[in-house]
Amino acid sequence: MAFVLRRLLHGGFVLLVMSLLVFVAVYAIGNPVDLLVDPNADAADKARTMAALGLDQPLFTQYLHFLKGALTGDLGHSFIHGTPAVTLILERMPATLELAVTALLLALVVGLPLGLWAGARKGWPAKVVEGIALLGFSLPTFWVGLALILVFAVVLGWLPPGGRGPTIEILGIDLSCLSLEGWRYLLLPAATLALFKTSLLIRLTQQGTVRALAGDAVRFARSRGLSEARIVAVHVGKPLLTSLVTVVGMEFGSVIAFAVVTETIFGWPGMGKLLIESINTLDRPVIVAYLLVTTTLFVILNLLADLACAALDPRLRLGAEETGHG
Amino acid sequence: MAKWRGLALLLLVALAVLVAPWLAPQNPYDLAALDIIDARLPPFSHASNGPLTYWLGSDEQGRDLLSALLYGLRISLLVGVGGSFVAFAVGSMVGLWAGYRGGRSDALLMRLADLQLSFPALLVALVLLALLGPGLSKVVIALALSQWAWFARLARNEARSLAGRDYVTAAHLAGVGEIRILIRHIWPNALPTLLTAWPVQLAAAITLEATLSFLGLGAPVTQPSLGLLIANGFQYLLSGQYWISLFPGLALVLLLATLNAGADRLAKV
Repeated sequence: MAFVLRRLLHGGFVLLVMSLLVFVAVYAIGNPVDLLVDPNADAADKARTMAALGLDQPLFTQYLHFLKGALTGDLGHSFIHGTPAVTLILERMPATLELAVTALLLALVVGLPLGLWAGARKGWPAKVVEGIALLGFSLPTFWVGLALILVFAVVLGWLPPGGRGPTIEILGIDLSCLSLEGWRYLLLPAATLALFKTSLLIRLTQQGTVRALAGDAVRFARSRGLSEARIVAVHVGKPLLTSLVTVVGMEFGSVIAFAVVTETIFGWPGMGKLLIESINTLDRPVIVAYLLVTTTLFVILNLLADLACAALDPRLRLGAEETGHG
Repeated sequence: MAKWRGLALLLLVALAVLVAPWLAPQNPYDLAALDIIDARLPPFSHASNGPLTYWLGSDEQGRDLLSALLYGLRISLLVGVGGSFVAFAVGSMVGLWAGYRGGRSDALLMRLADLQLSFPALLVALVLLALLGPGLSKVVIALALSQWAWFARLARNEARSLAGRDYVTAAHLAGVGEIRILIRHIWPNALPTLLTAWPVQLAAAITLEATLSFLGLGAPVTQPSLGLLIANGFQYLLSGQYWISLFPGLALVLLLATLNAGADRLAKV
């Protein structure tokens, strides 16, 4: 219980620091009024707009006002759309999450078996898989997206080059993965987003497998005559699982970040595409809302990953601080 | 032999980038030299007037793609090396100091580094560029600010283990000042580890710059890096005019693969 509380407090602290950093960084620089008001407008017009947006108040007052709003889920209205910024982000979040989760699952389904296989066998399989992983690390996400569009949409014409296509509503959320036609739109962006994570998972699984197989536990299990399948499941799989949970928890954040790139290329209507549009139009409330919503998401995910790890490995539950071991 | 192939390739790239003005068939920034009639010609086309052959085709302004690629490579490398070097310098200094001194400043600085590292570098750089505005120097700053924490973390751990060594204690007892111990004893011994880690971050910086430029937030239109060249060709990709994006893309990937393979080998030494 103390462990959960400590992680919760830490998460809250991170959010508070982030809100301050984001607010100061985004609000202290640049003046959106110059963009919003007609350049020919007089000073009185400008002042009126400033007052309407609350930009004439001192920075500290603006922050307190902002923090109070943030706690009640109100981060101001978009300068461009005129609707609440948080609503704008939340409306587009399901599309991004669907893309990110599909990509992560794809990476797991492909990366885990390949990594295990390459780790259990030496010689050429390991070399080939290592080479694939190295290539996957070297390809920038946007490049992969373009290459996939060129091959599968332009040359072969099998899949659409962009857009989201038809969605099916379930529990108020529009999803692409429920229809075959939706998958045709989902596949390329998800594969683009998945490639880097697949390479990462291959490498981690391979290294973990090699390490586990060389350990005393496996040698002992072999000498006891346990079946190879059981050895892999218990002595290779379990230690791998703990590190994988941490990695997936941490990497989810970067999947969300790179969704910005993927969504822009494929015209996928998620919150990443909205972020780029908002940066281009200096729509500050939306930028702030995006950062705070994603931070909250990261904090929650890290918390879940920590809890899952603690459930898998009792040593972590005692906490490093209490036992005094690093 | 295989050991030197990667290095030779890197040296070749460095050389090509250095002599780009003499190697490139055309000055891609000289708008007067461009002919709009020659826009979007496929590879191996001849210029409508003049002796020029577009070996890799031309882009939407009639610019020779080979020349644009050589100059773009130059900018990508320059910004990547610059950004990761500043990150290296700042991060190492902060990290070594924090690790050697320990205590409250160490805790504070490393908390800050951890907080930043829990955020994807792409998001940090995106937001920074949105605030700083366009320009190559801004990109260098954004890259440095999104990578310093990584070097700081590494340097801090190095310094932490070095600070307990006997020769450091001896120097301390002999009355050598803290700054001097840092410069003479900690820094030189931490340097090999930090330098080995640098190529990975260089590749990351080049990737990050290309991504930002692709999104239109990095290199300015007047100085297109590889990322921006790829972005320029993107709209023509769908109509089958592949070469504008493809060749800068291949150059970028070749560069990154060489760097990453080299970094891998360094890490295993």
